[in-house]
Amino acid sequence: MNAPRTLFQKVWQQHEVVPETADTPAVLFIDLHLVHEVTSPQAFAVLRERGLPVRRRDLTLATMDHSTPTRTEQVFGGAPVQIEAAARQVRQLEANCAEFGVELLNLRSELRGIVHIIGPELGLTRPGRTIVCGDSHTSTHGAFGALAFGIGTTEVGHVLATQCLLQRKPRTFAINVGGRLPPGVCAKDLVLAIIGRIGVEGGTGHVLEYRGEAIRALDMEGRMTVCNMSIEAGARAGMIAPDDTTYAWLADRPRAPAGAEFERAVAHWRTLPSDPGAVFDREHTVEADGLAPMISYGTHPGMVMPIGGAIPDRKGDPVFDQAMAYMGFSAGAALRDRPVNVVFIGSCTNGRLGDLRAAASLLRGRKVASGVRMLVVPGSQQVKRAAEAEGLDRVFLDAGAEWRESGCSMCIGMNGDTVARGEYSVSTSNRNFEGRQGAGARTLLASPLTAAACAVRGRISDPRELL
Amino acid sequence: MEKISVITSRTVVLPAANIDTDQIIPARFLTTTTRAGLGRHLFTDWRYQADGTPKPDFVLNRPESAGCAILVAGRNLGCGSSREHAPWALLDHGFRAVISTEIADIFRNNSLKNGLLPVVVDQATSDWLLAHPGAEVTIDLGTAQLRLPTGVSVGFPVDPFARYCLHNGVDELGFLLQQDPKIAAYEHGHPQ
Repeated sequence: MNAPRTLFQKVWQQHEVVPETADTPAVLFIDLHLVHEVTSPQAFAVLRERGLPVRRRDLTLATMDHSTPTRTEQVFGGAPVQIEAAARQVRQLEANCAEFGVELLNLRSELRGIVHIIGPELGLTRPGRTIVCGDSHTSTHGAFGALAFGIGTTEVGHVLATQCLLQRKPRTFAINVGGRLPPGVCAKDLVLAIIGRIGVEGGTGHVLEYRGEAIRALDMEGRMTVCNMSIEAGARAGMIAPDDTTYAWLADRPRAPAGAEFERAVAHWRTLPSDPGAVFDREHTVEADGLAPMISYGTHPGMVMPIGGAIPDRKGDPVFDQAMAYMGFSAGAALRDRPVNVVFIGSCTNGRLGDLRAAASLLRGRKVASGVRMLVVPGSQQVKRAAEAEGLDRVFLDAGAEWRESGCSMCIGMNGDTVARGEYSVSTSNRNFEGRQGAGARTLLASPLTAAACAVRGRISDPRELL
Repeated sequence: MEKISVITSRTVVLPAANIDTDQIIPARFLTTTTRAGLGRHLFTDWRYQADGTPKPDFVLNRPESAGCAILVAGRNLGCGSSREHAPWALLDHGFRAVISTEIADIFRNNSLKNGLLPVVVDQATSDWLLAHPGAEVTIDLGTAQLRLPTGVSVGFPVDPFARYCLHNGVDELGFLLQQDPKIAAYEHGHPQ
């Protein structure tokens, strides 16, 4: 072989249908196309107008998650979906999938869930694959050593029609994480700390590769949380090299290869990690040992600090000033012990079984504080069933939280699960932009442990005090 | 798609950095099944009071913004969600180009796909533009030059393929469909 290559370079080169030239982008083959109801209608419309079929229905899977209700009576009980436009969009996806022969996990499917949670669950997310979806958190799948990124609706149409994308090759950025995360500090805290350090545009134009012993020590769910938020650092994608943890997770997944095919796949996957001596365009190092639970204080995911910290002073910076006015905070102020109105556990960032277990561990035998509304939304129907089999739903319900059917829910607030104007919401989701969870809603991003601690205390709290 | 070669217009300036796509078009409008009609919801939470009346001080509500086709913004324009509804809303409102020192990847890509020209300039040029809202500038896609009313012309980066498609009204899907023999060859060599 020739020069040492990074994981990204290997996966990219293995998918070039036509390599990039000075005048033309590469044509890249897409191994898995995940589709949901919000970013697909206009794409199917283009295929319909031009009389084109979906080229590879076998590599396409649709589900519904963004605008779907999470109330059981609306999903299963026949009560109407509250938002008419959302109901129409869901019906449109059903009609499109029926017309084009695309498999759809529809509203009542036991396999339905948030698009980035079901891919891995089903064993469709695999090392070395190229995976796209009309959603920026597609970067999640990079946790398996896949090259996975979000695309717009026009590109959704391109992939439906040709199973390919035109892409200019991004640069590479290694994030080296040494040490180990201390007790009470989660994968979510790690990725918030990384974004805080490199900034919300720090990764623009790059694919991140997370490396080092602290990354190796993460389980697959932790790796998914980290890769999920790569887009918040502006990165094209985020990747973690596959290893035995990855292969063990994939063994016995319903649609993953099995038997001799699985062994052959693992043999190929073992060739993917970056070669020794492979060169990255940029590198940054983080030490995990010194990290604390994190919380956001502003209106983008780069405005974060340790839970016990004081808001840094950036007065005079218009972004900072506007964020402080919106959030009702000020420079130098601490966030600890401030009142909380809403706690949301869920989203493609932290809606998996491990996240629910973590939150439940703090809520067991305790109650949600009076005046706090807590919503727990499992990331998929499979996660919901697994959580119920372990009695986690009873822990949440006994504590006074709401337990819902799966979906994106309050992360994006498209389905009626919203935070009211002025309310403070501690959320395990991925964005704290103005109005993200509802017009005037004030979002604080945190890990499931931190969010659960805030629910119990009714105030911003350090989860390590309740462990 | 319409061919683009030269855009001449007065500018609308939004100096804020990190204008994310949730601000450009909030999630509650993503339930549309077409591309049209999003212009009236552009920057809606900055533009309108809670009761729906326009905020008189917001730049898009001021008379001098009428007819402007170029938006100048602070760095990291278009960060956040991949929603293509963001360039659709900007185009539907009447914008044809956006200018910043840094434009987020997915938003930039989506803009190019729809004929909204993303123009990246250096800090000095951005500082001048931010300080002179309403200035009449010309963006020449053919020469990849931005001409200021002072007479100064600055170059901006433009991907040659994107320029070729925009300049000639070439449809990228058509280009991809022409790659069918190569795609078939790849599939043959890489059974899934």
